[in-house]
Order: sequence, then C-alpha cells, then structure tokens
Amino acid sequence: MRKMTNELTEFVLVSVALLGIGIYGLAVKRNFIRMLFAIEIVINAANLNMVAFGRFLPHSGGQTLALFSIAIAAAEVAVGLSLIIVAYRMYHNIDIADFRSLKG
Amino acid sequence: MADAAFLALSVITIGSAIAALELRSLIYGSIALMGTLGGIAGFFLLLDSPFVAMFQLAVYVGSIAVLILFTVMLVKRELIFKKVEDKRRKFVGIALMLVLMVSLGAVILESGIKEITTDEPAVDFREIGEDFLTYYWPALILMGLILSGAVTAALVLARRVDEENDQRVN
Repeated sequence: MRKMTNELTEFVLVSVALLGIGIYGLAVKRNFIRMLFAIEIVINAANLNMVAFGRFLPHSGGQTLALFSIAIAAAEVAVGLSLIIVAYRMYHNIDIADFRSLKG
Repeated sequence: MADAAFLALSVITIGSAIAALELRSLIYGSIALMGTLGGIAGFFLLLDSPFVAMFQLAVYVGSIAVLILFTVMLVKRELIFKKVEDKRRKFVGIALMLVLMVSLGAVILESGIKEITTDEPAVDFREIGEDFLTYYWPALILMGLILSGAVTAALVLARRVDEENDQRVN
C-alpha cells in the first residue's frame, strides 16, 4: 500500500470550504431545489471528514459511518424531492417564500 | 505537501459546488452538483477507500443526481431559469460563509491534527464487511427499515390523486 502523500489537514480544510459553501447556499437561496443542493454539499463535507479521519487513525469506523451516512442521505433526498413535487403541485412555484402558509 | 491530483480534485469539487449554487439554470446546476459528488468520490480514492468511492458514485452520481435532474425537468421552464435573490441577504450570506471558513480554518490549523500522519496500511474493505455483519448489524437492519419507509413515504407523498376517478366513485 502506498504512503499517504497528503496531510489530514488538507482534507479537513477542503471539507470546511464545502461546509461554508453549503451554509451560504442555505442562508441565501430561496429556491427549494438549490437548498437541497446545499444540504447535499454539507452532507458530503461531513462524509469526507469521516473517511479522512478514518484513514489517518486508521480505523474502519470512518468508512462504515460514511456508508451509513450516504444511504441515509439517499432516503432524505427521495423524501425532499417528493416534498418539492407536492409543493410545486400546490403552489406552482418552488420559491420557499411562497410556502409560508404551510406553517401551522 | 499536497500533490497534483489532490489540487485538481479540490478545484473541481469546490468550483462545481459554487457553480451548482450560482449557475442560472437549475439543469446546469444539477450537472455541476454531479461534479462535486464525483470529486468527493475522487477524494475517497485518494484516501485509499475504493469501496466508499464506488458506493458514492453508484448512489450519489448514479441515482441521486439523476433523480434531481428528473425533478428539475418536471418544474416549469421559467422557474428553472428564475433566480430570486436579495442583494443584502447575499452579502450577509457571503460574510457568514467567510467568518465560518476563517474561524474553523484557524481552529483546525491551531489544533494538533497537523501532527497526525500515518504510515500504516489502509483499512481493507473486507474488514468493513465484517464490521457490518457483526458489530453494526442492528444498525444495518434499522437502516434498511428507514430506507424502505422513506421510499414508501416519498411515493405516497408524490402520488397524484386522479380527480376524475374520484368524482366517478363519489
């Protein structure tokens, strides 16, 4: 097996950059689908962190947890997209500002 | 020191993440998101985790990105290209992002993780399989139940009630 040429810090910094971009998307965007993109980016940043720490410890827990996380994210996207379809059918729009009447 | 593959992957991943959020068309945005997800799979390969990388490609790039593309295509044409943004909110968002990146980056650089290096071989994927079937089996079953529940919920939510049929029945 080859020696790791990259440091753990570099992977964690890329993950921080992705987290920042995801938080920016969640804070600024009003389009439902784009907010889902931002959530996906944040989840991927977390997965990258887990696998990176798992490699450098080294421990199999990081990869196992990342696999669980990917599977749960798939379920989350399926439900999110069906919510988008329902909301679009009701309001004919995907702007979250229009969905205010959904709150109880 | 970072090698060329790492730098290229970083540029692709972060660049396409920004493009996914900022491109005017949602269709190009979702294709850019595929770039981000593929870039993360590349990072997994660099981290000697080919099994997770293949899983990432199959689940994210193969299914989730295609699902998002199909949903985007169901939306009206004007909405795909419409971009409503508040200028002030955008500046606040960028400030928030920079504060977050700088503060977290400073914490990481000051922490001791710089000293963590490894010469040990990577975890073998057989070990992950063993973990799944021994230590994590309750979680695996629970995850299967959650997945089937979520997919059923998604189908029920997105089901279209045929109004004409309902009237005929009533």
